[in-house]
Amino acid sequence: MPILTVDGKTVEVPAGANVLQACEAAGVEIPRFCYHERLSIAGNCRMCLVEQEKAPKPIASCAMPAADNMVIRTNTPLVRKARRGVMEFLLINHPLDCPICDQGGECDLQDQAMAYGFDQSRYQENKRAVSEKYMGPLIKTTMTRCIQCTRCVRFATEVAGVEEIGAIGRGETMEITTYLNQAVTSNLSGNVIDLCPVGALTSKPYAFAARPWELKKTESIDVHDALGSAIRVDARGAGVLRILPRLNDDVNEEWISDKTRFAVDGLAKRRLDRPYVRVNGKLQPASWDEAFAAIGAALSSTPASRVAALAGDLADAESIKALKDLMTAIGSTSTDCRIDGAKLDASVRASYLFNSGIAGIEEADALLLIGSDPSTEAAVLNARIRKRWLKGGFKVAAIGPKVDLTYRADFLGEGADVLEALVAGQGFAEVMKGARKPAIIIGQGALSREDGAVILGLAHKLAEATGVVKDGWNGFNVLHTAASRVGALDLGFVPGEGGLSVGDVEAGKADFVWLLGVDEIDMTNLKAPFVVYQGSHGDAGAHVADVILPGAAYTEKSGTYVNTEGRGQRTKRAVFPPGDAREDWAILRAFSDRVGKTLPYDSLAQLRVKLVEQVPHFAALDEVTPAAWAPFGSDGEISPAAIGYAIENFYLTNPIARASATMAECVAVKQETACGCGHSHGATGTHG
Amino acid sequence: MSHGVAPAGPFEQPASFEFSAENKVWADKIIARYPAGRQQSAIVPLLDIAQRQSGGWLPRAAMEYLAGLLGMAVIRVYEVASFYTMFNMAPVGKHLVQVCTTTPCWLRGSDAVLAACKSRLGIDINQTTPDGTFSLMEAECLGACVNAPMMQVNDDFYEDLTAETTLKVLDALARGETPKTGPQIDRQTSCPEGGPTTLTTFKAAGE
Repeated sequence: MPILTVDGKTVEVPAGANVLQACEAAGVEIPRFCYHERLSIAGNCRMCLVEQEKAPKPIASCAMPAADNMVIRTNTPLVRKARRGVMEFLLINHPLDCPICDQGGECDLQDQAMAYGFDQSRYQENKRAVSEKYMGPLIKTTMTRCIQCTRCVRFATEVAGVEEIGAIGRGETMEITTYLNQAVTSNLSGNVIDLCPVGALTSKPYAFAARPWELKKTESIDVHDALGSAIRVDARGAGVLRILPRLNDDVNEEWISDKTRFAVDGLAKRRLDRPYVRVNGKLQPASWDEAFAAIGAALSSTPASRVAALAGDLADAESIKALKDLMTAIGSTSTDCRIDGAKLDASVRASYLFNSGIAGIEEADALLLIGSDPSTEAAVLNARIRKRWLKGGFKVAAIGPKVDLTYRADFLGEGADVLEALVAGQGFAEVMKGARKPAIIIGQGALSREDGAVILGLAHKLAEATGVVKDGWNGFNVLHTAASRVGALDLGFVPGEGGLSVGDVEAGKADFVWLLGVDEIDMTNLKAPFVVYQGSHGDAGAHVADVILPGAAYTEKSGTYVNTEGRGQRTKRAVFPPGDAREDWAILRAFSDRVGKTLPYDSLAQLRVKLVEQVPHFAALDEVTPAAWAPFGSDGEISPAAIGYAIENFYLTNPIARASATMAECVAVKQETACGCGHSHGATGTHG
Repeated sequence: MSHGVAPAGPFEQPASFEFSAENKVWADKIIARYPAGRQQSAIVPLLDIAQRQSGGWLPRAAMEYLAGLLGMAVIRVYEVASFYTMFNMAPVGKHLVQVCTTTPCWLRGSDAVLAACKSRLGIDINQTTPDGTFSLMEAECLGACVNAPMMQVNDDFYEDLTAETTLKVLDALARGETPKTGPQIDRQTSCPEGGPTTLTTFKAAGE
């Protein structure tokens, strides 16, 4: 623990810290461009120069390890002059195009030029210009603005694990590019936009849309995967314009996936903004009264045993609770949230949680993936696994088809029999037994099979046999793909005594089906039953609906979501829902009144009190309540079929993403890349 | 390409590349110099072999081949190849003329050498003659300052040049001959002009 002096103040910093961190510990801000806490140190921008006693010249504080008895000064004439000099050099080849630059107003270079720069330029020569590069449909490049900090190169190489961005050429002709201007393939690529300290890499879909000071910023939670990444929703007027990550070291550090960031345009497209009722086979616009009347009539003519309700992937816990209460009032036990048919057991909480916690992955020293591809199911988690892998002493094995996980994994095979062999103590089970903190991640691809419960049982056996669960460590992890799932399971939104399951509804065994944002099930047998679709987008569920009730999307309501770890978090309303759309719990509450089964809450606050009454840990927001280990899963025969992965197309997993033009473009680019024809897929002249 | 010599005209990237058997042996020998897991260190000599095999330039296929051979990302190979001016990303002329214009050569008259090259070949710096025989490049110090000014043609140095001797060298190359390499005046290697040429004949001042 080195102790050093910064501007006369004595600070103690952890061993391995650098001088820049020591300065921050002393409360001194050091300007920087290339240095970033979560990336390796490059030391090439020179903006962080400080004076060290007995050193012959200023030192780059990011690249200098803090040592005992150092005397650092950051406010001397020498330091000020050094900063001015560095800034003058950086601005030599930087264009003065701030008025037309999307980074304007949130630009490190702009801010630091104001704070630390020289007031004029002595440069008379021509500035260099760099041709624009193509990095895919998400990243807009204006490479003339690049100051070669190489943050993007380091992010792609280290965090995202795709060595696709590099610096070619040398000296003044050095340029940042991808090989042959190919699109960056990572699902985390958008983060380079945040990392870029200047306007060289900006968001393509958000180009020229707004200035940062025009935006209303709302801190919220992401629902595109089950991680619940911390996000900031930037809106202007009624429209959400962009989504940025917030810091949350326990969940997403400071990264978000491309779907989280760029599916935002889907929030404004294909929206259900008024109720509809099917009349003579065609959906007609209707009033809330007419819609409720139609549902009430259908409900009264259906026996409670034939009434079912399903909760979709994006539903918040409040509306799930309201729907559950409504079904109980009606007398139906047919509720289900396991849209993908996963054989999850709602009675044992440890059986459906990511028990080690997302940050806990960094402690693990062996990992077995069972039917889970984290790079598509939870891209940010995948970066965390890679981070652990890069530290070394971490063995990864996987059961499932071979994919590029960005870290080395032994693919043991695709069949469920591989898991049986592991339970018998063979192969990778030895590695897990030898590990101090072994972990298992089981994906929905393994659990949504017919024999999912058996696989869950096998995983339980394996966990017990290999020390995955021990004192102070529970490495049994279920990785969900839906933001709503854990909350719904906590609320027991599964079939009760004699209740119908998702599979039964798909088979047409229900006569009245309430779909709360459910679009991912097989709809072929839902033409005959009376279907109520309550949701935000006109997707598959709305097509078969007899009544459509327009709901609010996650940016338009305050809703509680429990992430795959069991961490309850709350979204905040950034904008109002479009048209007649309402918050989902309020729709259910209003309808309950119409059919004489009034739900016992009149406000969101009252509903949340009931929520906590039923499930106490809903009171502890942003925290994880550890779940007790208990037996779960079942014994039986496993099917010889190969275990697949839950997500076929990362960009199209939910109605918001499917409505997004940006996501559609990503899919198109990915297909072109996959075609391997080697042609450039640039502008065609007819591309719009 | 952001730097380097422009080709004579449009050209095609070969679809594939593979070391010849002979070069593969050579490459393996170089790779074996580095400990396991550090094979990437061999990239520069391997790029050189690939460039020689491809006739003086590096096709993309060669870079992709080397990336596979050394287990590194193609962009990393591309970074190295584009960093060094000795690697050409497009076909260059049969004779790549590199005229040194760094201070010692410039003081000794490299301007005249370069002007002679330009007028004889009819091209400017970083260009290739339409027939693909010559490419002209300006080079930084090539380490033959003792015999300045000088130029390098492919692997050979031509030193102690004047405008006239430069033209002679180029004419000989154009005729398909191999001119005498090294000093183009009466000088033995890098010895003082006019002798002595050995230490035994050397007489210190005042002796």
